[in-house]
Amino acid sequence: MDLFHNLAIGFSTAAQPANLLYAFFGCLLGTLIGVLPGLGPLATIAMLLPITYALPPDAALIMLAGIYYGAQYGGSTTAIVVNLPGESSSVITTIDGYQMAKQGRAGVALSTAAIGSFFAGCVATLALAALAGPLTAAALLFGPKEFFALMILGLILSSVLSSGPFIEGIGMVVLGMLLSMVGTDLSTGTQRFAFGVPQLFDGLDFVPLAMGIFGFAEIVKNLEQDDKLSLVTQKITNLFPTRDDFRRMVPAMLRGTALGTLLGVLPGGGAVLSSFASYTLEKKLSKHPEQFGKGAIEGVAGPESANNAGAQTSFIPLLTLGVPSNVVMALMVGAMNIHNIQPGPEVMTKNPALFWGLIASMWVGNLMLLILNLPLVGLWVKLLTIPYRYLFPAIMVFCSIGVYSINGGTFEVYEAAVFCVFGYVLIKLQLPAAPLLLGLVLGPAIEENFRRAMVLSRGDVSTFLTSPLSAALLAAAAIAVILIMLPTIRTRREEALQE
Amino acid sequence: MTGPTIRDQRAFASGALFLAFAVFFFVTALNYPAGTAARMGPGYFPRLLAIVLAAIGLAVLLGAVRRTAERQALHRWDVKGLVWVTGSVILFALLLFPLGLVGSLFVLIVVSSRASSEFTWKGALANAAVLIALCLLVFVYGLGLRLPVWPALLN
Repeated sequence: MDLFHNLAIGFSTAAQPANLLYAFFGCLLGTLIGVLPGLGPLATIAMLLPITYALPPDAALIMLAGIYYGAQYGGSTTAIVVNLPGESSSVITTIDGYQMAKQGRAGVALSTAAIGSFFAGCVATLALAALAGPLTAAALLFGPKEFFALMILGLILSSVLSSGPFIEGIGMVVLGMLLSMVGTDLSTGTQRFAFGVPQLFDGLDFVPLAMGIFGFAEIVKNLEQDDKLSLVTQKITNLFPTRDDFRRMVPAMLRGTALGTLLGVLPGGGAVLSSFASYTLEKKLSKHPEQFGKGAIEGVAGPESANNAGAQTSFIPLLTLGVPSNVVMALMVGAMNIHNIQPGPEVMTKNPALFWGLIASMWVGNLMLLILNLPLVGLWVKLLTIPYRYLFPAIMVFCSIGVYSINGGTFEVYEAAVFCVFGYVLIKLQLPAAPLLLGLVLGPAIEENFRRAMVLSRGDVSTFLTSPLSAALLAAAAIAVILIMLPTIRTRREEALQE
Repeated sequence: MTGPTIRDQRAFASGALFLAFAVFFFVTALNYPAGTAARMGPGYFPRLLAIVLAAIGLAVLLGAVRRTAERQALHRWDVKGLVWVTGSVILFALLLFPLGLVGSLFVLIVVSSRASSEFTWKGALANAAVLIALCLLVFVYGLGLRLPVWPALLN
């Protein structure tokens, strides 16, 4: 079997001592920032991106991926123990997880989350490995118009799934695309929107922008709301679920994993959406929906499996089609660019060891997280007692050094300062920043494919509708837009996406 | 009722922001040749995007003055926190080469700490000492990043 042969290549890469160490480091760091509220995987990956310059590409990507799925584990720990979601993907876990903790079943909830995440991680790793081949083959059939249509679909879905009014999400996407026009036009060599500033000739760098908005501006926001944590510190004793617990959590895990695996692949999907969808599904299917919100174990098992599966399968569109499905994946594009790897179908053919090594490392990382997490719960919870006034200067220091080391110059640091102010404006206007960043990352590729498709069709726009594939993708995007405009779905979406 | 009133201040400001960016990009893009649909110049796509953004901005703006719009005031701004945080980053960039990493980090940490309502000199100084030591250990000696550690005068 090809699949096993490929996985064997992957494991031989992932099992190299150095790569094991970086996977471990990524998982540890991911858990750490997952536990700490106010510091997400996005800012952390952005912070470490320039530093990975010194690492070999496979080690760099393995570590950064570990941060992303490690954060899903860490986020659930604080959600359960102190009713504080460390990550947006574990918001839903606070509902039943914290109730379980209050009933003295924190240990059971934690191990449920860990087992569910591990199981989902294993399945998602296999799904990633199985789907990678066919999807890569499909990607090779894509021409400019199909890629254009695919990216439009991804951007539309990402604004459908971001909080706030849909039209404002689309506005942010378009604004992001306009910002991506800054710099040298690749086809003609013209400097656009650079105003003679040489540092802008290569375009606006993604990292200072992400850091300004998700690092610095986020700090200003967090400082405004100075609510104190009330820790329910209790000894976490019994970790083992009972036989009855198992009977209830296993089906929920299976469903959560399936849902997360599917939704993760979707452009615009990922961990957050998967966990919300799974909770809704479990509540619908349960014979005892009244127990939800009062410590139902399904309400922990399902979403925790789903968010981990979703986090991992969101790598699929990136690695096979070269299209990032969410902002963290957009940052992975940046990481690959640093190492001169063009994300897309060619990763698998040109760098099989890297490709399969990354996938295999996810399974290894999940195993590490399972072992790492349960015994260390006490330590993670203690971390929460560090006051934010000591924590945020540390975040500022790491962000600033990270931004500086992109090019070893201070221009990027000033850029981050500007986007800090811009990010604060966005927060105050409640405009979602994620669609902006996706637009920024996909903008150049969309323009290039659009221009190429139009050259091939001699300026005829109908070319996008005559190719069945691109017509289908654009139709899906149109349906998503129409659905979101329907009043009933609109209100339900607003309820579901409220954070 | 005389004339439209801004019911939703948040949406109104958002629409205005979109419109302002759209106008800025459109006007700037006029400097670049547009070409034709079959052979697009560097100005074609940005102009197209700017028009789309202007339309969206207008729609958001009109939605805010609609009679059915929800009343929503703008959030209060914490200008002080924003100034301390942004200012500390700018100071770090300004001082990195003249003062070196140790000095500029010290300024960054102390100035940004002022943004917190629970600021104390003792806490900020202790935090600075710990963080600077950590950075030297991790970034300079551990990862070997090229950073000017000490003031330029000493080199």
